[in-house]
Amino acid sequence: MNASTVLGQVVDVLALLLVPPLLLGVINRVKAKAGGRRGQPLLQAYRDLARLLRKGLVFSETTTWIFRAAPIVTLVATLLAGLLIPLGGGGPVGFEGDLILFVYLFALGRFFTTAAALDTGSPFEGMGAAREVTWAALTEPAVFFVLISLASWSDSLSLDTMLLAPAGPHAATLVLSAAGLFIVLLVECSRVPFDDPNTHLELTMVHEVMVLDHSGPLFAAVLYGAAMKLFILATLLVRLVTPHLADAWATRGVVLAGVLAVAVVIGVVESTTARVRLARIPNLVSGAALVTAVGFLLAVR
Amino acid sequence: MGSLLDSLLVLVLVLNLYALGTSRIAVVIRVVALQGFVLAALPLLAHGEIGAESVIISVAAVALKAVIIPMMLFRALRDVQIRREVEPLISTGASMLLGGLGAALALAFAKNLPLTAHDGHSLIVPAALATVLAGFLLLTTRLKAISQVLGYLVLENGIFIFGLVLVDAVPLVVEIGALLDLVVAIFVMGILLGHIRREFSSIDTRALSALKED
Repeated sequence: MNASTVLGQVVDVLALLLVPPLLLGVINRVKAKAGGRRGQPLLQAYRDLARLLRKGLVFSETTTWIFRAAPIVTLVATLLAGLLIPLGGGGPVGFEGDLILFVYLFALGRFFTTAAALDTGSPFEGMGAAREVTWAALTEPAVFFVLISLASWSDSLSLDTMLLAPAGPHAATLVLSAAGLFIVLLVECSRVPFDDPNTHLELTMVHEVMVLDHSGPLFAAVLYGAAMKLFILATLLVRLVTPHLADAWATRGVVLAGVLAVAVVIGVVESTTARVRLARIPNLVSGAALVTAVGFLLAVR
Repeated sequence: MGSLLDSLLVLVLVLNLYALGTSRIAVVIRVVALQGFVLAALPLLAHGEIGAESVIISVAAVALKAVIIPMMLFRALRDVQIRREVEPLISTGASMLLGGLGAALALAFAKNLPLTAHDGHSLIVPAALATVLAGFLLLTTRLKAISQVLGYLVLENGIFIFGLVLVDAVPLVVEIGALLDLVVAIFVMGILLGHIRREFSSIDTRALSALKED
């Protein structure tokens, strides 16, 4: 392990910690441009986080320790998942079989978010939790299908080496996986066709409704964790489709640019599509899972 | 050539799932038209050199499957004044899953079929089987007559793909004949749709199962 590798890992971790709020800024800026507005500053999300961190905490009397622990657990689980997918390859953590840990770290975060929502005793939050879990049951297989397709041609069960393997003759699988993964990203990060991160109308929201009762620094942790999840899934998507370059630093640059491009695409999608009716969402998400499953079958054939 | 052919066949598979998963009939017509357009490119790629025969079949397939038949169907849709398949026998989500299952089975079994002209690795046979299955699903689970016409079209698309395996054995006349049959059938069905609607004021095919009114 030479100096360049260590430095690269430090940069990867710093990017994971610092870039996520910027993605929200990029998405908002693209939406503002498409709508003919000037929009908020690119760095607004950082200011929001700083403002929330200075505020005090308010807890409902019905809540227990679960409610207080949830944002932290979710944030830490997301951070750990992020460490498994470095920008450039050769990550700080990584072992044989870590793809299962990757998926279930997200599941752990989701479990605590929904448990905290139920903990408040608010019927709206319970409803949001039910929706979130329903869709997660459909997005999880999709992510697994993508990962085992990757595993099938890379002959490896470690994310680190899996993402480095060239896809070769599996271009069709790659396209199907990327399409499925993009839909998963939109669902998981509660972006527009499936959920609206801006509305605070209880009947339409999913993720936002679960965190209504959080305040101050803990709410900052929730927002930061959500942005980080977006960053990680975008990284996975970009690393899936971009060919691996010999130079780790060049890969880092390409992937980072790709992640920002994903944010721009999300902004365009949000500006051009309307929310899907709630009843149609499971249909769409299972379609995404199905497409990745077909991709997997093509890969192992 | 091989990878482009396979990519197009994968696109056909995805279009099958899309057609099964939506309830809006206009969308299904567009999907089937796009599928016809993709299929029309296949004879050019299926065997090494591009001959006059495959060009003729391709041009005919584009003209009929991607332009004329969709136009007839859109006209029929306008005449019957419905927009979506409201209550299919199996919900759109479930039929999409069944279609996916069918595709999986087709991929699994196609290798073991004793076909002499088929090299066992190309996607042609599994894609054909999956498309035929998707067509059957549309035909049997949708209740509006126009959806069933679309199911028939998807089924025929599957048979068209299957014909690619036998491309050297099947003469041009047969292919063109099959395409002509298809057009005439859709034409007749389009007229029939209007009559059914005038008679029963709906195009729900369940109304057709009783021989006389009671």
